[in-house]
Amino acid sequence: MSGEFKQFRLETRDWLERNCPASMRAPMPPEEVVWGGRDAEFVNPDSKLWLERMAARGWTCPTWPAEFGGGGLNPAQAGILAEELARIDARPPLTSFGISMLGPVLLEYGTLEQKLEHLPKIVRGEIRWCQGYSEPGSGSDLASLNTRADLQDGYYLINGSKVWTSYADKADWIFCLVRTDFEAPKHQGISFVLFDMASEGVSTRPIKLISGSSPFCETFFDNVKAPAANIVGRLNDGWTIAKRLLQHERTMISGFGLAGGQAEGGGASETTLESIAMRYRGDKGRLSNPVLRDRIAQFKIDSEAFALTSRRSAEESTGGGPNHISSMLKYYGCELNKRRCELLLEAAGNRALGWEGEGFDEEELSLAREWLRSKANSIEGGTAEIQLNVIARRVLDLPDLTGILRGKR
Amino acid sequence: MAASMLLSEEQQLLRESARGFCREQAPISLHRKLRDSRDPDGFDRDLWRRMVDLGWSGMAVPEEFGGYGFGHLGLGLVLQETGRTLVDSPLIATVLLGANAILELGSDRQKAELLPRVVAGELLLALALDEGALHDPARIEATAFASENGYALNGAKTFVLDGHVADRIIVVARDNDGSNGAGALGLFLIDAAAPGLEITRTIMVDGRNSANLHLSNVQVSADRRLGESATSPADLDRMLDIARVGLAAEMLGSIEEVFERTLDYLRQREQFGVPIGAFQALQHRAAEMYSEIELSKSLLRTALAALDDPVSDHRRIAKLASAAKAKLSEVFFLVSNEGIQMHGGIGMTDEFDIGFFLKRARVAQQFLGDAGFHRDRYAALHCF
Repeated sequence: MSGEFKQFRLETRDWLERNCPASMRAPMPPEEVVWGGRDAEFVNPDSKLWLERMAARGWTCPTWPAEFGGGGLNPAQAGILAEELARIDARPPLTSFGISMLGPVLLEYGTLEQKLEHLPKIVRGEIRWCQGYSEPGSGSDLASLNTRADLQDGYYLINGSKVWTSYADKADWIFCLVRTDFEAPKHQGISFVLFDMASEGVSTRPIKLISGSSPFCETFFDNVKAPAANIVGRLNDGWTIAKRLLQHERTMISGFGLAGGQAEGGGASETTLESIAMRYRGDKGRLSNPVLRDRIAQFKIDSEAFALTSRRSAEESTGGGPNHISSMLKYYGCELNKRRCELLLEAAGNRALGWEGEGFDEEELSLAREWLRSKANSIEGGTAEIQLNVIARRVLDLPDLTGILRGKR
Repeated sequence: MAASMLLSEEQQLLRESARGFCREQAPISLHRKLRDSRDPDGFDRDLWRRMVDLGWSGMAVPEEFGGYGFGHLGLGLVLQETGRTLVDSPLIATVLLGANAILELGSDRQKAELLPRVVAGELLLALALDEGALHDPARIEATAFASENGYALNGAKTFVLDGHVADRIIVVARDNDGSNGAGALGLFLIDAAAPGLEITRTIMVDGRNSANLHLSNVQVSADRRLGESATSPADLDRMLDIARVGLAAEMLGSIEEVFERTLDYLRQREQFGVPIGAFQALQHRAAEMYSEIELSKSLLRTALAALDDPVSDHRRIAKLASAAKAKLSEVFFLVSNEGIQMHGGIGMTDEFDIGFFLKRARVAQQFLGDAGFHRDRYAALHCF
């Protein structure tokens, strides 16, 4: 390794040692995840300090250019930073759809004004974003969406509704797909627009899920005004950006598959599948049920191979951003996480099936909820079936039946 | 920082030249010819000479013993390509098992004497380990009695790859008594023509050779014991793990080839007026296979690199070897079955090559431990 990187590693390690509060090096309970935004909540006051310190260096978005508030690091430096953060088990200072989804496409397609306005606020966690994609009649067939935007006096007037809008009730702004041309073929009349969720005419309603929680909302737009300058990319070319953003979203969601353990995860952690299974079903140093033991081994091998594949794909795409392999990672990562949840349920037996009240500890109560939540993994961000379609057509170059039939008509 | 998972330019060149060689000089039609003619050797000696000339017999052998020092990754890349055209050659028995056993377990004198001859293609080797229907290195019942000049070997060995053509056979046996103590493991290098050794060739479903061995008071001198003393089960395992990863590399090449041939067929074969690859039922299964193959590649690349990494300890290598052999066995099973099903009736014909991969898959799955064996071992290594 060159001296320059060695120096960077030493400085980074030193800075983190001095600036990462001790409580930020402990496992993060779900309620302490920092999402930022105008109404940001900091259950743990150290979270605020940690966010401010990291944001001041742009390290909440390490590879974004410094002129937009980012860390300006090259991929090698960002890799070192990630390793040094992992080394001390540091929590992510900020989690947001601005970082994982909107930011990357703004960097690629946004105007200078749009970048200057929005990116620094994402870096500092000042604005929390939500994603306006799915509609009641447009799920897997997303491009059939009907929310309309009509130009009037320099504003777009937006009418329609979105569904499965994650945390819409807590978000400050939305990046939203709208139809701006009703005459064009469905993929060619969509635009990608940004607007403030505090605008007049926006309302949200949380949806209660089978897991008991309400991370998703129905979102309604009734004559909402968005300035014409808030269109990202070219008018009616929003589908290009929509698809690009989906690749980023899929890469983010595929990270769920890493929950089963990092590459060559040593199993030291108390929270790995096998250590939880051993607590319930261990007998003289091994799992007493040989069938379950075999399936956990199979899961662990797959999750190790998956983590290695995520890493390989990152190395192979250096500089190019996510590619079609993101569909494979999304598909497999979600299936892995669902498998993990099912295996946990099986390992803990009835103790994983508690819903509330006495008799179960918190971890046990979370097993059932996490299991129920995991069922959404292969639906959100494009279903498993849509990912398999993308792989078959874009990666494996298999023929498109719809196209063939259309040609024959 | 973790080692890069990308190939260097030199490694890419090696792989490309191996691919070109196999395509031109060792195509799958050669495998068919050897099978159809019931070739007494089971491989083409002239082809093996050319492979030796390319340096493949010494790929992972250090330069001090006449090899080329490309490491296990180098040998793995070659094996991946020979897997694509199902090359029958001494590469597995002589190089991956035999040379590797000498290198890992032999004394310096034995290495200096034997390895240059293996690299030069002068010596064919075989490893006689298993004694039953399954791979089970913990179950060795062949015995080595200390005798006047060395040892007398007794026992029976099964499925010894290339056992009928090897010049020397490395026999794993347990000390019956003597200075190492009863039950200690030893690897003994015996001559194929040694009195008391009876070799019966068996031809497996994949067309490759193996042999059953009967040893009745086979005499071997003390200096023919690898390492000239007892071998620990852990050392034997380490040597086997290297071979397991190499075998997994060959399996990956075969898997990639079946998959590509199947995709080509899906694009070409028309039914109901459209290429059958346009049907979603087949597309999704193809996409699932693609995902499994991508995972297999990452695991294999990491395992090969770990073998060459001086800082990886045996426990890490053992975990990766079992993970790779288990995963590749499962994926070869999946892809070879789907290859037949997706080719339909033509896949069932002997005239078509895809069936060779199905046959090779099952033999490779069993060889050096099947998926169940390795998942059990992986779980034990991870303490659950």
